[in-house]
Amino acid sequence: MSATPIAAQPPVWRRLIGFNMLTGLVLGIGGWFLGAWIGGQMAVGHPYLQGTDQNDVGIYMGYLFGVIGFLVGLGFANYPIGRLLGRPPTLRQHETGSWTRYFRLCTDHKVVGIQYLFGVGIFFFIGGLNAMLMRTELLRPVEQAWPASQYLTLVSLHGTMMIMMTSAFILGPFGNYFVPIMIGARRMAFPRIEALTFWLVPAAGLILLSAIAFGGIATGWTGYAPLADEGRAGMDAYVMSFILIAISLTLVGLNLMATILTMRAPGMSWTRLPIFVWSVLATSILQALAAPVLVAAMAMVLMDRAANTSFFLASAGGSQYLYENLFWFFGHPEVYILALPGFGIVLELLPVFARKPLWGYRLAVAGMLGVTLLSFMVWQHHLFVSGMNAGLRPFYMLTTELISIPTGFIFLIAIGTLWRARIRFTVPMLFALAFFFNFLIGGLSGVFLSDVPSDVTTHGSYFVMAHFHYTIVGGLVFAFFGAVYYWLPKMLGFELNETLGKIHFWLFFVFFNLTFFPLFAAGFLDMPRRVSTYAPSLQTLNIFVSASAYVIGLSMLIFIANLVWSLVFVRQPAAENPWASRGLEWQVPTPVPVSNFDRVPVITSGPYEYGVPNAPPVADFAPGALPAAGS
Amino acid sequence: MTTIAGERIPRHGSRIIAIWLVLTAISVPLIVLVLGPHLPPPNMTVESADQRNANIVMTALLVPIALLVLVYFIYSFVFFRETSDAIVDGPPIKGHAGAQLLWIVVTSAIVLALAVWGSYTLIAGAHGAGGGQGPDPAAKPPGYQHALPVQVIGQQWDWTFRYPTYGGIETRDLAIPDHTLVAFHVTSIDVTHSFWAYELGVKADAVPGVDNIAYVNPRHTGFFQIRCAELCGLWHGHMAKKGRVLAAPAFQAWIAAAQKQNASIVKYLPKYSRVYYPLPLRRAG
Ligand code: HEM
Ligand SMILES: [Cu+2]
Ligand SMILES: [Cu+2]
Repeated sequence: MSATPIAAQPPVWRRLIGFNMLTGLVLGIGGWFLGAWIGGQMAVGHPYLQGTDQNDVGIYMGYLFGVIGFLVGLGFANYPIGRLLGRPPTLRQHETGSWTRYFRLCTDHKVVGIQYLFGVGIFFFIGGLNAMLMRTELLRPVEQAWPASQYLTLVSLHGTMMIMMTSAFILGPFGNYFVPIMIGARRMAFPRIEALTFWLVPAAGLILLSAIAFGGIATGWTGYAPLADEGRAGMDAYVMSFILIAISLTLVGLNLMATILTMRAPGMSWTRLPIFVWSVLATSILQALAAPVLVAAMAMVLMDRAANTSFFLASAGGSQYLYENLFWFFGHPEVYILALPGFGIVLELLPVFARKPLWGYRLAVAGMLGVTLLSFMVWQHHLFVSGMNAGLRPFYMLTTELISIPTGFIFLIAIGTLWRARIRFTVPMLFALAFFFNFLIGGLSGVFLSDVPSDVTTHGSYFVMAHFHYTIVGGLVFAFFGAVYYWLPKMLGFELNETLGKIHFWLFFVFFNLTFFPLFAAGFLDMPRRVSTYAPSLQTLNIFVSASAYVIGLSMLIFIANLVWSLVFVRQPAAENPWASRGLEWQVPTPVPVSNFDRVPVITSGPYEYGVPNAPPVADFAPGALPAAGS
Repeated sequence: MTTIAGERIPRHGSRIIAIWLVLTAISVPLIVLVLGPHLPPPNMTVESADQRNANIVMTALLVPIALLVLVYFIYSFVFFRETSDAIVDGPPIKGHAGAQLLWIVVTSAIVLALAVWGSYTLIAGAHGAGGGQGPDPAAKPPGYQHALPVQVIGQQWDWTFRYPTYGGIETRDLAIPDHTLVAFHVTSIDVTHSFWAYELGVKADAVPGVDNIAYVNPRHTGFFQIRCAELCGLWHGHMAKKGRVLAAPAFQAWIAAAQKQNASIVKYLPKYSRVYYPLPLRRAG
């Protein structure tokens, strides 16, 4: 982020005009109205389209044209049109220079990584605010703060927003930024697609938020039909935003897979690949295979709502089991899309701060690939009491429990790596270690849910809600913050304040557990999910939970304060390799040059050779150069 | 595990195992004897008793696993931490085939045992364990042909109940007789709901166009809580009411009164059927 002054800057207003986010928003909103008008014309003469409270065709067309306008405004059409007109390709435009590249279509993977970090972070913050509003409603057992419909919309927005954003939480910022550097590549395989995957995310986030203006969402993040067929027009926003996110996830998966498979530097053998890159590879396989199924499910909901088909209406020959199967065939791999990158992060951090090689590297890889494979075979555990395929329940119980074997490997690797280590409790390490505590509880509570007799009680209750918050928040979000504290000095070039980091960690860790552990009990005491009124006997418990949740919110404010303080006020330049890590990404200068490496490095040893006597450096950065004089 | 010549290495492994054994020896009896009777669901039926047993066994099995990991981690934080400010490398141990094999064998054994035991309770022991089994249950309890059928109809936002063997009457209250095998036939006439009778240990999705059957054997009389466990729209949280398990004579009296009350309206009800297909339901507006 060096501020190289560019000669003769034009005035600000002049620079705002061009292909950038502002133009994208303007064209996006214009596109919305154009599309809505076209959709309105299409409905003329079709009374069944006009017979509902909103013409869904118009809304979908509005969103479609809005997204196209947004992307055109960002400049996504320039390259294809230029090529059609026979202009030479201009790949690396706008890559150096001012901060404005963060608000444009930029094909530098490092810029995309930072765009992801802040873009996803903002929506994550909005999702968190929703959680605070929900906990406010739950302070009393009767309806009080929000009307029931608004509470439901909050639940749905919170859940959908969080799932959408946390899917991009690690592969987005850190996958895009660090995977090419960690494998010794200069860019991603498909840089323009990479940029597209990012810009689809804010488009999806804004569309999802627009549901507030269209009557809200009443289905939760799972969007079960036929409730979805019946919902107000806010449901269209849910469908559209999930389609965009699923397209983005698929493309991210394909892009990262291609990058990792084909662009490793010489010497980067499969056994030298950093474990984080392995986890990204496993996740990208999941994304590329699972997310298209979500597009299919959403397309059917779209047809049911806009064109009066009846994929999911039993009374017209459809079946809601179709939806449940499609949704969870995506939905279960999705939870591993959330979990696997977290595994990768914590296993990447442990050796650095334990100062030992990663113990059982091959087993860790086997564990991740095992999870990847098995995660496609368990989806009906969400449907144990649905009345579908009851005879197959033992099979899904078995596969679900089997998946805990490869997941357990991750714990064994940590145990082995910590054995007789020299642990340093830095802020990233604290987050990584907390991951294991939280994921232990999250994982073991999942064993209850996998057992059908036990699941009959807990299904659809707060027990489930506590379980997945333990795995997603306690797992993924903790890993994410570990990665932030670990890698931000490289990404942004400044140190983060350690004291504030520790306060953030301890508040988050303690109050996360105080918030969610009691909710297991709420579930055991028959409190169903997604309700704004509950049994008065559970009020004390809920007040306690809400109070703890507010402290989580406070801890996030402390994190933001740390960011602002360190990045805007103190601006203490970070050392090139503050953690003395052997990772390839720490051997390049800060800020990372546009093309990462002067020459493609030759990898000479694995990244975790801590304490190995005479271990060679990870890579030769000037291969073919003459040896320095005297050696 | 590698012994560096001359350096005395404390026997970390044995210490960790010893601490863990002590904690396990304390916690498992506590779980089984003290916590166990409070684990859900209250055992009003054979099925809910089975579910509670499943919860007790699993807690007693999983808590020691959690303890082992926790004891190890805390031990390592105390004994394997770097006390100086310097960055010092630890011993370069890259793996241990024996330890890995042992871990794989033990976790696989636990997992397989859990799956076998779970399947046994589900099919042979508890006959579906109170969960909805669809129109053609895979695990049928003995004497299922003579079970008392009770239809549960989910609708936005209430539950109603029909008794086909008592003239197909429809009531807003649920009562079932004690010590009788009951077959709940759960269905829906609009969106998906889930019939949850907490104390009975019953949960079965109410799916439009599907007759989802769950068996239950009540063991003593009393009230039970009915809720909806699948989001079904605005007033999902309000689909809660109390049901009753009555002694057989009390049940006969109750149903007779209900039949009398229903007599004038029963002819307006749709004919009793396993599923109902009201007109396609479209947008609320
Ligand atoms: C401060 C942290 C958080 C609090 C206090 C919180 C609280 C809640 C509450 C009260 C619900 C509604 C539960 C219900 O009635 O079913 C909920 C649902 C949910 N939360 Fe969170 N949450 C937090 C963070 C997160 C994060 C980081 C994620 C990340 C993925 C997440 C994912 C979800 C999902 C997927 C749902 C389900 C929504 C649905 O039922 O459709 N939450 N959360
Ligand atoms: Cu799942
Ligand atoms: Cu409901």
